[in-house]
Amino acid sequence: MIVGKRKPFEEIKDLIGPYKKVLNVGCGTCVAVCLVGGEKEVDVLSAEIDMARRLSKEPIDIDSITVERQCDREYLEVLDDKVEGYDALLTMACGAGVQFLAERFPETPVLPMVDTTFIGVNQGVGWYEERCRSCSSCVLGVTGGVCPVTMCAKSLYNGPCGGTNHGKCEISDDQDCAWHMIYERLEKQGRLDGIIAFTPAREHENQVPRTTIQPGYKKPESEQ
Amino acid sequence: MRLEYPANVRIVRVPCTGKVDVMLMLRAFQKGADGVYCVGCLEGTCHYNAGNLRCRERVEHVQSMLDEMGMEKERVRMYNLSSGEGPTFAAYAKEMTAYIKEVGPSPLGTAQNKDE
Ligand code: SF4
Ligand code: SF4
Repeated sequence: MIVGKRKPFEEIKDLIGPYKKVLNVGCGTCVAVCLVGGEKEVDVLSAEIDMARRLSKEPIDIDSITVERQCDREYLEVLDDKVEGYDALLTMACGAGVQFLAERFPETPVLPMVDTTFIGVNQGVGWYEERCRSCSSCVLGVTGGVCPVTMCAKSLYNGPCGGTNHGKCEISDDQDCAWHMIYERLEKQGRLDGIIAFTPAREHENQVPRTTIQPGYKKPESEQ
Repeated sequence: MRLEYPANVRIVRVPCTGKVDVMLMLRAFQKGADGVYCVGCLEGTCHYNAGNLRCRERVEHVQSMLDEMGMEKERVRMYNLSSGEGPTFAAYAKEMTAYIKEVGPSPLGTAQNKDE
């Protein structure tokens, strides 16, 4: 899932600045699961903003709503007749949700309340770890299920750098060397010969936002 | 046992302090409470294992939020006692009341109250 972290309160206060009537919009999918932007967190943030503004004698009118998913048009539709009259929309979705909301309501300032941090796994309640950087050309099949892009400090696709140090990465003893992990995993599976396979470097130049259209689907005529 | 504790304390009963979430405490402040304290079982004796420990963490979270908002963070507290300790319960109520008298009423209570 996509994991996020709430922005520092000071930054949130600055972002909201002088606005007097705002709608705080949560998202019920990834950010709800990682406990940062679902219904509950929306209520908590709205309460905090309400009290902070009353304390500074600049009261704010703040309402809250949580939609199923902010990265899905279908679910943004419910907001169409609700945003009027608000000075700004606050959103607790990931960066994709924030942008989709801003695209739908281009006349209204849309302010992110969350820093989107990574695609990761749930290690325990409230504890998440990064596992994927969405590189677009997954090599997990040849790396024994260990992602070298995420787990290696240099994101090396083809074997370790010279700094690999008895299982640790040269940047810190707290950090395992990704390529050491990959070696051990493949060895355990008797697939070590596969480690030699060469993965072409990823194209980092001239990047454009990526698009995926699943087989059997196409863009509607109107958007082509 | 008949014990007196300050009459300004409103009791909200919960089955376990593990039931107390951040929003419950924030709502109390939003509605003008001068302070909020949770009284849980002694640590290590929770019938549900970790209810009182979770509550403590949430109290600490609310403390940091009060701090961010510019309110005295000690206005929210966690206390522990065993179920047989009536006098301790009364003592905690007195201690909290004394603290509130010292720092004064909630700055929010006097501000305009949206929920009322
Ligand atoms: S190689 Fe790593 S970053 Fe790329 S898609 Fe696979 S898990 Fe994600
Ligand atoms: S030591 Fe290993 S993990 Fe660290 S940068 Fe080199 S190859 Fe990557």
